[in-house]
Amino acid sequence: MSNRPPLEFYVPEPPARPGQSSDFAKEAVPKAGLVRRPDALASAVDLRDLPFELIRVLDDDDQAVGPWDPGLSPERLRQGLKAMLLTRAFDDRLFRAHRQGKTSFYMKSTGEEAIGAAQSLEMEAQDMCFPTYRVMSWLHARGYPLVDMVNQIFSNASDPLRGRQLPILFSARDYGFYSLSGNLGTRFGHGVGWAMASAYRQIDSIALAYTGEGTTAEGDFHEALTFAAVYRAPVILCVTNNQWAISSFAGLAGTENTTFAARAIGYGIPGLRVDGNDFLAVTAATRWAVERARANKGPTLIEFYTYRVAGHSTSDDPTRYRPRDEAEHWPLGDPVSRLKQHLVAIGEWDDNRHAALIAELDTEVRSAVREAEAVGTLGKSKPPVSEMFEGVFAEPDWRLIEQSREIGGRDA
Amino acid sequence: MRELNMVKAINDALDVMLARDPDVLIFGEDVGYFGGVFRATEGLQARHGLKRCFDTPIAEGGIIATAIGMGAQGLRPVPEIQFADYILPAFDQLVSEASRLRYRSGGEFWAPITVRSPYGGGIFGGQTHSQSPEAIFAHVTGLKTVIPSTPYDAKGLLIAAIECDDPVIYLEPKRLYNGPFDGHHEREIATWAGHPAAQVPEGHYTVPLGKAAIVRPGEATTLLAYGTMVHVALAAVEEAGVDAEVIDLRSIVPLDIETILTSVNKTGRCVIVHEASRFGGFGGELTALIQERCFYGLETPIERVAGWDTPYPHAFEWDYFPGPARIAAALVRVMEIN
Repeated sequence: MSNRPPLEFYVPEPPARPGQSSDFAKEAVPKAGLVRRPDALASAVDLRDLPFELIRVLDDDDQAVGPWDPGLSPERLRQGLKAMLLTRAFDDRLFRAHRQGKTSFYMKSTGEEAIGAAQSLEMEAQDMCFPTYRVMSWLHARGYPLVDMVNQIFSNASDPLRGRQLPILFSARDYGFYSLSGNLGTRFGHGVGWAMASAYRQIDSIALAYTGEGTTAEGDFHEALTFAAVYRAPVILCVTNNQWAISSFAGLAGTENTTFAARAIGYGIPGLRVDGNDFLAVTAATRWAVERARANKGPTLIEFYTYRVAGHSTSDDPTRYRPRDEAEHWPLGDPVSRLKQHLVAIGEWDDNRHAALIAELDTEVRSAVREAEAVGTLGKSKPPVSEMFEGVFAEPDWRLIEQSREIGGRDA
Repeated sequence: MRELNMVKAINDALDVMLARDPDVLIFGEDVGYFGGVFRATEGLQARHGLKRCFDTPIAEGGIIATAIGMGAQGLRPVPEIQFADYILPAFDQLVSEASRLRYRSGGEFWAPITVRSPYGGGIFGGQTHSQSPEAIFAHVTGLKTVIPSTPYDAKGLLIAAIECDDPVIYLEPKRLYNGPFDGHHEREIATWAGHPAAQVPEGHYTVPLGKAAIVRPGEATTLLAYGTMVHVALAAVEEAGVDAEVIDLRSIVPLDIETILTSVNKTGRCVIVHEASRFGGFGGELTALIQERCFYGLETPIERVAGWDTPYPHAFEWDYFPGPARIAAALVRVMEIN
């Protein structure tokens, strides 16, 4: 008989389940302003401490502090706040539209609005973002027409994607927003390819790609990082760690053992871990990575530490797997309130203006929804069925021509 | 005009396109300095530079993902997957991304990539260097699948594929690289020397995708084949003494349905040959199309000759391979029934 202990099979479990009290005690929330800001062109070897820090700019008194403070103008801060509030207003209205049977599916970005908004405003028009479905604030920050967005969500006759794609899986090339798809992680490598193409052609268009923390377990993530590192691609690879992948907590993607930012160390590239609910910190980290990418210093991996306040989608009920009040205990707060409070603290905003802006945005969203409803909600209106056969190839082959004739332009 | 074998014809197509179009990039495992395990990219890096023809990490999914991202920006990447057997790690990228990008984005993005990959057996490559996955790709709408059978076609089809704005799977019959193998593995190996289709023009020319070739006109039965099996089929026709019309499909997507139907309507008989295993193979689709459109013109049931429904077995390679004897037997069978 051996006196070895028996082998133990370990299956990770989140800190709290429904009915238990929310527990973020293990989430160390360091004070803002403490993390060093090395030169953006520094060697990755000298940056190996950063993935284990948490870059934060907004402190408990709503002030911007420390070396990562990007020194944004009040105009820029208000622009960001507006984009985030618009995202929230849009999400609320369209989530309700789903409950009213006007569309089949919706996904909210609640709690994560700072990431897309800050990065969209920081990146340039010619850059390309390879999004996930939870960075809609990228489009809202760039003024993508709300009515086009609602038309897409309703898959109606004016849908810019011609009724072919699930609601919110947008494509908006002119807004630096690459085509989304429903399978996870597959576009992470496209961002790397885009960046390599820019470098090869010597055109000034860097790439920014997103993935969720759950998807870091996919091979796509690691292959993209390998290619990005090997070819020193001018790409910013972002992990939005919102703690939950449907019902799977971040521990199932390996976060009990390390941080997602620290994956960078194995690839020899910088990894930043950033408070994703801090608009200023997101901007600052992006600015650092952009400077590095444009200077031919290659990719940066950024983990945005955040929390998915809403369910995964309209098909999900998070109270089935996490405490109902978990979001309220999230230690990094709400990104919208934090940016608002900062603006108030520096004397550039007040409650009246805030309330007025919310009302204005709500009206804007309502009006876009009404306009789209006039075209038609899901099933009430759609593009001509002949368009179903277009765009499969550059030119349809005989099969598609025959099948289009077979259906005879008749809608089902 | 020079006489080239198929590898050299492919190399020549790549060379022409690299010189002609700065948006063409070639990359894959071992393709750069070394020139590829089958030598298809030999000399291209030296001639066109490190940045035009380069080596990649061993990550087929990453190779194709990268190619799609480059293609979306406007390049025309020509990635190589070293063996078609290794294309499966990239399957998601090809099926979920390359094939649908244009459709799902409302035409905002597309992936004009050409994925070259050697396929097929007859080289004692065992299960992982011998497979023929063409039917898997033919089933995926949005992908084109091209399979040459001669040096002339290999060059012209490859140039057409690279210039095509859709994603193309370009499968190279590796057993034909050095000669028009007729399935008689026991005989001395034939080279392309003296073969009329080994006469390859210099410079740019195309063979259109979706246009089959009647490689042997005949009246008795139609015989459909592509890739390696074209030459095996031709040998079988001679040995069976049947006046078969042999059609080389050249691309299975797009498929030249007109040429197929015209021939079957004329002969009333059809034998379909492919090296991939039979069940669910592309022969099933061809059979269905022909019976849907030529049922009353058919004199006899359609015959399929294909690899058996086993993995590609090493020691039993020539038992698995649908050689001339099996094809000849099928030709005799379709002619016996009246």
